[in-house]
Amino acid sequence: MSAPTNRPVPTHARPWWQRALLTREMLTLAILAVAWVVASATVRGFDGPLTITYLVLDIAPVLLIALPMTLVVATGEIDLSVASVVGLSSVTFGLLFQAGAGPWQAALVSVLLGAVCGAVNGALVAYAGLPSLAVTIGSLALYRGLAVGLLGTTAVTGFPDAWTDGATANLGGSPWPVITLVLAALVAVFALLLHATPFGRDVLDIGRSREAARFSGVDVRRTLLVLFVLSGAVSALAGVYYTLRYGSARGDNATGLELQVVAAVLLGGVSIFGGRGALHGVVGGVLLIGVLGSALRLEGVTVNVINIVIGTALVVSVVAPRVAGGLRVRRRAAAPAGGGPAAGRRTEGDGR
Amino acid sequence: MKFTSVVAAGTAVVLSLALAACSGGGDEGGGGDDDVVVTMLPKNLGNPYFEASTAGAQEAADELGVAVEEVGPDAASPDAQVPFINTAAQQGVNALVVSANDPTAIGDALEEARSAGTKVVTFDSDTEPQFRDLFVNQASAEGIADKQLELISEQIGGEGEIAILSASANATNQNAWIALMEEKLASDYPEIELVEVVYGDDDDQTSFDKTAALLQSHPDLKGIVSPTTVGIAAAARYVSTSEYQGEVAVTGLGTPNQMREYVEDGTVEAFALWNPTDLGYLATQAAAALVAGDITGEEGETFEAGRLGEYTVGADGEVLLGEPFVYDASNIADFDF
Repeated sequence: MSAPTNRPVPTHARPWWQRALLTREMLTLAILAVAWVVASATVRGFDGPLTITYLVLDIAPVLLIALPMTLVVATGEIDLSVASVVGLSSVTFGLLFQAGAGPWQAALVSVLLGAVCGAVNGALVAYAGLPSLAVTIGSLALYRGLAVGLLGTTAVTGFPDAWTDGATANLGGSPWPVITLVLAALVAVFALLLHATPFGRDVLDIGRSREAARFSGVDVRRTLLVLFVLSGAVSALAGVYYTLRYGSARGDNATGLELQVVAAVLLGGVSIFGGRGALHGVVGGVLLIGVLGSALRLEGVTVNVINIVIGTALVVSVVAPRVAGGLRVRRRAAAPAGGGPAAGRRTEGDGR
Repeated sequence: MKFTSVVAAGTAVVLSLALAACSGGGDEGGGGDDDVVVTMLPKNLGNPYFEASTAGAQEAADELGVAVEEVGPDAASPDAQVPFINTAAQQGVNALVVSANDPTAIGDALEEARSAGTKVVTFDSDTEPQFRDLFVNQASAEGIADKQLELISEQIGGEGEIAILSASANATNQNAWIALMEEKLASDYPEIELVEVVYGDDDDQTSFDKTAALLQSHPDLKGIVSPTTVGIAAAARYVSTSEYQGEVAVTGLGTPNQMREYVEDGTVEAFALWNPTDLGYLATQAAAALVAGDITGEEGETFEAGRLGEYTVGADGEVLLGEPFVYDASNIADFDF
């Protein structure tokens, strides 16, 4: 780097309000707000109460899984087996229901099984030192295979209304589904975990530099194991929700959901290289994908165009910080006096 | 600052793309508020079978003066249709014509759409009966059994040994058809003898091997009936390259694209399946009749379905398309699915 080191560097190049507002996360939220306003004004049917109900019900599994995924990606790892855990948990829940278990028992066993699935991933990544991409591509196939193998091409259906209402009913007369409360609570828990605990600091430290984290006393292995266990358990919880929402336990439930989750996490500003990310951005990313899909479907746009729009947004969100980072470096090189407006200590772009 | 402006520029590109897409979609789906809009929701897009059924839906819509919009997921997973059903409910479309990926998973969504006033017609693949107004059934078990016997009887001259190449031994629909064929053979075709039923498990190689074994163990065999698309194609492939070509008839249920080369090289004279274009046409006619209030889905009601004539609603809100459609050298070129 060409940045002069013998010059006193100000602790912050920008006032606090700029640091809070001019971030990657706020940008996602701003785009979300624009998309919402534009859709409400121009898309017929978007401003109705049903939009909120369907939006929350549809994004719930993606948002749930995105919470632990944010932390996993922030360490520089990834968990691609999440959708298969959803399928396996769905099948387990269905089989337990068939065997006569109550809803809480069945849900608890499913979530524990999800935690075991996550622990297997975590042990292979943290203790055997294997790359998480390879490990979880393998377990993606393995867990999906188990799920489909257990139920074959059949489905378990006929869940009592009292069970399924918990997944689909609304709060009082409002358009908000009951599941909103669970989502809000879990978002709060994960936000605190990432941003207000030593554990969260360790997660980001691992993402910035594993070596440095280890030398500063972070138990890298244990942290990674915990994250994968959380990822498995929360995915399994999403599987229980999924089963009750659709009233059908099938081995192929939620196939391909992992890509939506990773897309939302990246769109929310979490660096795929690890080291940076914030939960409000990820919530924004999840909602943005949901709102774009909802508005475009209402306009009768085909699924292929919807995929193109969301895909483009994703590519732009990943590429833009790199481009911005490159520009910043070039500008700094061109102005050796330093101290340009973008040459602060923080480098949001993380484009290197 | 540069960072934000670059991302903002990128966002502008994305949003304008989205808006361009919106206005594009709006032009097609637009029209006055009084127009009847039917949403066609196949199992997935890009599937030639459903492209044929949507073409039929469009044909019916043009004749009736209603608008048809086709939407659908890109993969046939159980829940993938739900957002599209929700959207139809939000739009308040008049009718939804859907081939269900799962008999229960889309049930809640369909109920919500119906409570918002949308008529629901299933075709090709039904949901549980309480979730829809009508099911347009492509074929009855009797119709399938009769048509296959009729074809094989014509092709072997009304007498001789035949065998059946089925899917798996516990496939419910296959076994129902086979039982009906056995009954019908005993009563109506005394000169034809069913010597063996073999199971190819809907696997191409297994079906191919079973065909070879059948022909070796029954030297006088005159025909093979395979009521499964995988089986009939594998049987035709074996026979087309063997000494039995032209000697042993192959028929059953197949799709035109799989069977084309065997019809063209003379291995297969004719085979049966329903016609998906007619199926989409009838489903759309039925949906329009529901919207117009001509029918409500009660057993015994009748409605006019354009070029297909008059139909009667059967038990459980089912409308039967009719006899299976026969594909042969004279018409196979008209179909692409």
